[in-house]
Amino acid sequence: MLEIRNLHARIVDDGTEIIRGLNLTVKAGEVAAIMGPNGSGKSTLSYILAGREDYEVTEGDILYNGQSILEMDPAERATAGIFLAFQYPMEIPGVATMEFLKVAMNEQRKARGEEPLKVPEFLKRVKEAAATLNMDINMLKRPLNVGFSGGEKKRAEILQMKLLEPKLCVLDETDSGLDIDALKIVSDGVNALRSPDRAIVVITHYQRLLEHIVPDTVHVLYKGQVIKSGDKSLALDLEANGYAGVIGEAA
Amino acid sequence: MNMHAQPQRTLAETALIDAFGERLSLLPGDGAVMTKRDDAIEAIKHGLPTRRIESWHYTDLRRLLTKVPAFEAGAVGKALAPVLEGSAVLPVLNGVSNAKLPEIEGVTVQRLSEKLTDGSIAPGLDRYGDDDAIGALNTAFVADGYFVDIADGTELEKPIELQNLQAGGQSHVRLLTRVGGGAKAIVVERQTGEGDEALVSSVSQLVVGDGAEVTWLIVQEQPDTATHLAQFKAHIGKDAKLTLFVMNAGGKLVRQEVVVRTTGEGADFKLRGINLLAGDTHTDTTMVLDHAVPHTTSTEVMRNVVTGKARGVFQGRINVHQYAQKTNAKMACNTLLLSDDGEFSTKPELEIFADDVVCGHGATVTEIDHNHLFYLMARGIDEKSARGLLVKAFVAEVIEELDDEALVEALEVRLDGWFSTHG
Repeated sequence: MLEIRNLHARIVDDGTEIIRGLNLTVKAGEVAAIMGPNGSGKSTLSYILAGREDYEVTEGDILYNGQSILEMDPAERATAGIFLAFQYPMEIPGVATMEFLKVAMNEQRKARGEEPLKVPEFLKRVKEAAATLNMDINMLKRPLNVGFSGGEKKRAEILQMKLLEPKLCVLDETDSGLDIDALKIVSDGVNALRSPDRAIVVITHYQRLLEHIVPDTVHVLYKGQVIKSGDKSLALDLEANGYAGVIGEAA
Repeated sequence: MNMHAQPQRTLAETALIDAFGERLSLLPGDGAVMTKRDDAIEAIKHGLPTRRIESWHYTDLRRLLTKVPAFEAGAVGKALAPVLEGSAVLPVLNGVSNAKLPEIEGVTVQRLSEKLTDGSIAPGLDRYGDDDAIGALNTAFVADGYFVDIADGTELEKPIELQNLQAGGQSHVRLLTRVGGGAKAIVVERQTGEGDEALVSSVSQLVVGDGAEVTWLIVQEQPDTATHLAQFKAHIGKDAKLTLFVMNAGGKLVRQEVVVRTTGEGADFKLRGINLLAGDTHTDTTMVLDHAVPHTTSTEVMRNVVTGKARGVFQGRINVHQYAQKTNAKMACNTLLLSDDGEFSTKPELEIFADDVVCGHGATVTEIDHNHLFYLMARGIDEKSARGLLVKAFVAEVIEELDDEALVEALEVRLDGWFSTHG
């Protein structure tokens, strides 16, 4: 589903190279965890997948279902089925959450040639999804993410993911800022989306999240490259021994 | 007005002075009113204000008012459906109060032409200062409008909409409203039109009685062939509240003056304004607020969206008088500049003579936040729609503050209307 080939990317503003020859393949149905120390390029990778303009790909390619997505803007990638759950979801005053959800769902439907959702059907879907995430529907009457706690913002991201039904989900440190109960709810939400035709990329610092969202593969990112890949036992190894050992091996 | 006579009259000045001579016999009013008219045209004879007059620095009326259309207007149909459903509509069509007067409990409505004829409004026709060109123009030519009196203690069930519609040509309208003590009212002042070149002057005068609560919405949607010179003047009594919402979404040359004075302790004034500016237009909102007694409060928030070659101005002057201790006043003006050719000038002024007050002001000019744009696009909303959502959000924030669902919805309809033609 996702194939990243020898990817090099830098920050447009100052030319700093962050991704330096990254290779990664994630198959449909797979849950892949990407771990790595601070500054290894994890969040940058998520932004590049989503198409953020602040980064420039200088070499290599990103294939999604066999097609390069480098020329697609963020909206085109999203309608193609790529979803990024942000580490720090943006607060957007003045944009009502409900209105935003409706526009986003219907824009995606339009791009796929589907009819826009009727209001009752839209509301039904939102209510059902919110209920599974223990979210108060009244929260969605507020402006997008404004005044939401850290945990509420993360739940709102997962809510969007459930409603938009993407094929490739990229979760950027979804566990940060969550207490144990919220972590469980959010993880359950993600697990419910696991399916043979969907791939999930979980970016995290800690093993903690991976106890709830058990990955099929684990990849260690360091200095903009995947330096080691393995199964879920690799995450346990990292938790016990830190990144130093793996980094040492690679060097 | 200028202290010194201009060396040569402009076409517009000449046309106004000539028109006064021709119209004089048609204008209603007794001796007292005529004296005010004569004084007013004298002021115009001294020349329209230029940028050398401080309060007109960003709107050089002498240079910008290049032509003055004749009085003959096109045919204007009938009153429009009101902005707020169920409102009692008082229409002024091509400068004439043109309707059967509605009967509303606790409300007395009179045509202004009658009050001009009997001279009872003569004292209110004075200019508020030497630079009051709009007041002078209006006093010279005003022929009609309405006088609305809301009796003490009346809580209006339905809003009143004062509708000023102009189909080209000239009109000069005055809308006087007295809201009695303890009364409650929502008033919409709708300024719009269609057709050829127009020159409209409109002066609204409002007295908010002690303990009364008034929400006044100015919805200005003139066509881009119209020059719209408007003034809103209000006195706010003891423990009374006035919320003034101004939406400028049209016009070729627009100046909206807001002249407010707190006259009783505990008075509160809120100004919320949105300027939606497009095309090759000029829109000036100028406020002069006098905190004239102790313990009064005010907040002013302007949100401006500038596209195309539009130019916008906000001048906000707050005068805190010497005895007006414990005044609390805050002013903010935020502009979203969406084109390289557009411009917006902001001039906040605080003049404080009391020593125990809290006053502040701030101004920002920004572009669309790229982080926000990325977030919306990352959910599949295409760039154009995402930008539209963000621009709308920028001004909608001020509307939502009104905290009245019917008002918010009605104004969002106006907003959507503007975005559908200019977005």
